[in-house]
Amino acid sequence: MKNAVNHLRTKKKYHLRIPSQTENLEIIREFVTKIARKVGFRDEETGKIELAVDEACTNVIEHAYGQDDRKLIDIEVQIDPDKFIITITDQGKGFDPQKLKTPDMKKYLDEMRVGGLGVFLMKTLMDEIDFEVKGGRRGRKNQVRMVKYFANQRS
Amino acid sequence: MNGFEVMRDENGAVSVLRLKGFLDAHTASDLERAIQKLLDDKRFKIIVNFKDLTYISSAGLGVFMGFIEEVRTNSGDIKLTNMSPKIFRVFDLLGFPTLYEIRNEEGQALDSFHNKK
Repeated sequence: MKNAVNHLRTKKKYHLRIPSQTENLEIIREFVTKIARKVGFRDEETGKIELAVDEACTNVIEHAYGQDDRKLIDIEVQIDPDKFIITITDQGKGFDPQKLKTPDMKKYLDEMRVGGLGVFLMKTLMDEIDFEVKGGRRGRKNQVRMVKYFANQRS
Repeated sequence: MNGFEVMRDENGAVSVLRLKGFLDAHTASDLERAIQKLLDDKRFKIIVNFKDLTYISSAGLGVFMGFIEEVRTNSGDIKLTNMSPKIFRVFDLLGFPTLYEIRNEEGQALDSFHNKK
């Protein structure tokens, strides 16, 4: 069994390109959870990856693309021998990574503000997370890269 | 079907919403409408039963945050019940257990409403 799982963890890449629409979140979650299960993540860790990816894509749909449903989101899953890497790319407005402070949850909940909890969840659920803005002649790209290590789950 | 359903039941002064399917940024507006309808009907004692909910994201949790103030101002409450460990984990991560009454069973939430009147 261990060998079978190790075999599945040789370097591989999967790519989903999908319109920026909330109804597609279901498909995005299925895409990512199918792969996570296949490489041996247990339910709890798979659930964390599922939620982190949903939150990242929800941010793209609602903020970066401002609900323009003709825009596309790229979701890439890369399997390395030791880790599971998800990269989510959009060509939308993006946001200033400097502003991504860990929110003061007490104050936050006291104020009963709605929304904006996604980044906090992504940071909590994944082992690593980086935000990057890439400029180019063909326009700018925003990228979120999230990592979950296989070693961090006891299998 | 949208992947998400809300069913409403009345139990005396208490209204129960039973959620089924997944609650994300796409389906959160369905729950928003269901709760808004309760408030329009002046039903402020609310139980939300999560027994058949398979998934929730922060968009779903945001719905409860959006209404709780108005509900409590009207001497009501939103009590949450029957969460699977997977659903509870998300509420827990965002600090909800200090803010909302979360019960294992719907009956316990009903009792706590009745004992308070």
